[in-house]
Amino acid sequence: MELTTLEAVPGKTITRHLGLVQGSTVRSKHAGKDILAGLKNFVGGELKSYTALLNESRAEAVERMVAQAKAVGANAVVNIRFSTSNIAAGAAEVMAYGTAVVLS
Amino acid sequence: MEVLVQIVVFVVLLAIGWFAGRANEKRHFRELAEHEAKLREILVFNERRPPADRAFARGVLVVGSVVIAEDYFKRIAAGLRSLVGGRITVYESLLDRGRREAIVRMKEEASQLGATMIFNVRLETASLSEDTSGRSPMFSAEFIAYGTALVPAPGA
Repeated sequence: MELTTLEAVPGKTITRHLGLVQGSTVRSKHAGKDILAGLKNFVGGELKSYTALLNESRAEAVERMVAQAKAVGANAVVNIRFSTSNIAAGAAEVMAYGTAVVLS
Repeated sequence: MEVLVQIVVFVVLLAIGWFAGRANEKRHFRELAEHEAKLREILVFNERRPPADRAFARGVLVVGSVVIAEDYFKRIAAGLRSLVGGRITVYESLLDRGRREAIVRMKEEASQLGATMIFNVRLETASLSEDTSGRSPMFSAEFIAYGTALVPAPGA
């Protein structure tokens, strides 16, 4: 499965266009980690546990998007975009979406 | 008495934020400068199409992200600043750090793949500090930088 933010994959041609595929996940912050992060807040800086959490979520969102693309018979997803939104206190949605295509 | 305790706590937190936060920020800017110098060879474009006259072996999705939070001093300083309006410099430097760090991490991923360029790079910021409970929490935000790392074809 070829994943790219470009509109096309260099050196290959798109033979079929299979539409939008997306994957998303909602994760909440770990309460214990949240307290630690709260303490960390007095000195500022990177909140490593959140960075790891959101990276994990993004990997899962991509996985789900890839599963959807496979289900429609694609072998690549082009024009991929990510977005993160804060949907409730302590919970964030991470989404990945793109266009499923068949490359030759 | 109670008021006195509150004032002492406030001053202590402010001092922690000022000293630790400043030291943190200085160190972070120094590290950023180092990493950016090391990764200078990797070119980053937000152009949508890679040059047609070059051969690439493959394109790989690369992502860099970081969650960064304010310190207590920045919070108070920003609060005071917003009374009169204008530039909130304490946040400008914070957001600058976050965005540069995300780009550095994306470039690191690309350099491990042996890529020389990253195309169609997008930058995203998402605030993580909104709270439904009404009390205003400390500001934190996630910065993401992502794009397609292009590995040159052998012999190109």
